[in-house]
Amino acid sequence: MNVKGKAIKYGHNVDTDVIIPARYLNTTDEKELASHCMEDLDKTFPSRVASANGTVMVAGRNFGCGSSREHAPLAIKAAGVSCVIAEDFARIFYRNSINIGLPIIESPEAVAGIDDGDEVEVNFDKGIVRNVTKSKEFKIAPFPPFLQAIIAAGGLLAAAEKNVLK
Amino acid sequence: MGMTMSQKILAAHCGREEVKAGEIVMARLDLVLGNDVTAPVAIKEYAKTKAPAVFDCNKIALVMDHFAPNKDIKAAEQCKIVREFAREKGITNFFDVGEMGVEHALLPEKGLVGSGDLVIGADSHTCTYGALGAFSTGVGSTDMAYGMATGTAWFKVPSAIKFVLKNKPGKWVSGKDIILHIIGMIGVNGAQYKSMEFTGDGLSHLSMDDRLCMANMAIEAGAKNGIFEVDEKTEEYEKAHGRKRTVVYKADPDAEYDRTIEIDLSAVKPTVAFPHLPENTKTIDEVGEIRIDQVVIGSCTNGRLEDFEIAAAIMKGKKVHKGCRVLIIPATQEIYLQALKKGLLEIFIDAGCAVSTPTCGPCLGGHMGILAKGERAVATTNRNFVGRMGHVESEVYLASPAVAAASAIAGKIASPDEI
Repeated sequence: MNVKGKAIKYGHNVDTDVIIPARYLNTTDEKELASHCMEDLDKTFPSRVASANGTVMVAGRNFGCGSSREHAPLAIKAAGVSCVIAEDFARIFYRNSINIGLPIIESPEAVAGIDDGDEVEVNFDKGIVRNVTKSKEFKIAPFPPFLQAIIAAGGLLAAAEKNVLK
Repeated sequence: MGMTMSQKILAAHCGREEVKAGEIVMARLDLVLGNDVTAPVAIKEYAKTKAPAVFDCNKIALVMDHFAPNKDIKAAEQCKIVREFAREKGITNFFDVGEMGVEHALLPEKGLVGSGDLVIGADSHTCTYGALGAFSTGVGSTDMAYGMATGTAWFKVPSAIKFVLKNKPGKWVSGKDIILHIIGMIGVNGAQYKSMEFTGDGLSHLSMDDRLCMANMAIEAGAKNGIFEVDEKTEEYEKAHGRKRTVVYKADPDAEYDRTIEIDLSAVKPTVAFPHLPENTKTIDEVGEIRIDQVVIGSCTNGRLEDFEIAAAIMKGKKVHKGCRVLIIPATQEIYLQALKKGLLEIFIDAGCAVSTPTCGPCLGGHMGILAKGERAVATTNRNFVGRMGHVESEVYLASPAVAAASAIAGKIASPDEI
């Protein structure tokens, strides 16, 4: 799998309350959630994603901390983000992303080497993040095989249906 | 190699002699929890599993607590989805307005969770039940859906940090101050992906309400779970709440911990977390002059009987500061009733507080006490992120019920000793 897009970069401890504020949790409609994604931190987010030809979100430590709301990765995915690269993720956000099929990457090196607005390409099969703008490459560690099976199937329930969970 | 308490519970639930940190296991669940925010997403996903029935209609708990009593039409529709699902699937532990409470106060009280259990909940504060010696952790709605269908979930076996609690805490120091002190020390990702295991002779000085509060906030240090060693107090609590037996998993003497941290409880001071992270802690003597507009005493962190007893003792015969709005939210109907019978609610109402039916309400900026631009609140809740209780330019200061009650009287963040 390959994805590419323009980087939108944030700092440390981006919590799920700013990814999707609780006042919008009275719906499960993904498009509506996406329209409010990140608005308490960055009102330009939905329009930047909409105008870009692909978006890769980049962030610091502990991305997605706080509430377990799956609405957070759902909103990011539905907004049109193709991958989130962070130094590391809060654990519930990490498993939620894998479970719903939102590609995520933990790589402090890649985060340090990507600035807001850079063109980024990710080759998951080769385990490489490429910063096209700066002509830099970063190796990424593969997921454990169990998680790879979920990711390859497109999420936990799809993996269960294909009977690949072992 | 020996195992931690958390690892032993996981091993027992996947039929293994031993599990090791870092490996991924599928484990059998004792309870799957969801609420009116997370269950609707899970129900949508559940439909995709094409499961003929839920794995066990007695091992799923659905609690309408976040936006209930319903704050608007959309929230009402969400609750309706869950209500209908519960009826259709014959789910016995469905709690609606009138019998519901804030989920993490309600489930232990009802004896639905207990020592040795493996519990997942589509709510990050599911880690609360570790106070009873359960392995209990927050997950998302897809995990909840899969859990409801199969009675299992995948877990990456966590490594752990051991907290050895020593000595007796001083006056006005509660579980809230201890856990804020710890989060201030290790940071909001200080226990990321790990278990926080609490042990030591200091445990004997901590009530179950203290422990429930501390385990509740393990997630605020990024932990997968927080767990307390089971003792007589756990057993007493479980017996009083209808659990048939107390199951004890002690860590092996040679269990491997990433770190061991000793906490001298006698040295912990009343502690306040400043905006906008729970790790931004200051002791009460360092806070300075912080004027406040609102006080919230409630939530899954500090909405239990002991919390209201402490707050009432401070507020008795006094009036809340003019211009300060004070919300008292007992976390369950039972706590509400006990507070009523003990005369606590009368003390609060005489002091000028508003007393509410159980709800998560203002804690997550849902309803019942939203802050305007520039307003500040002292809350006994668990998060003070940007916009958590309302406007993005409002502020939440996390504190114990004692500090919250004292602040309500003073109109600024205050120590109970000043009142």
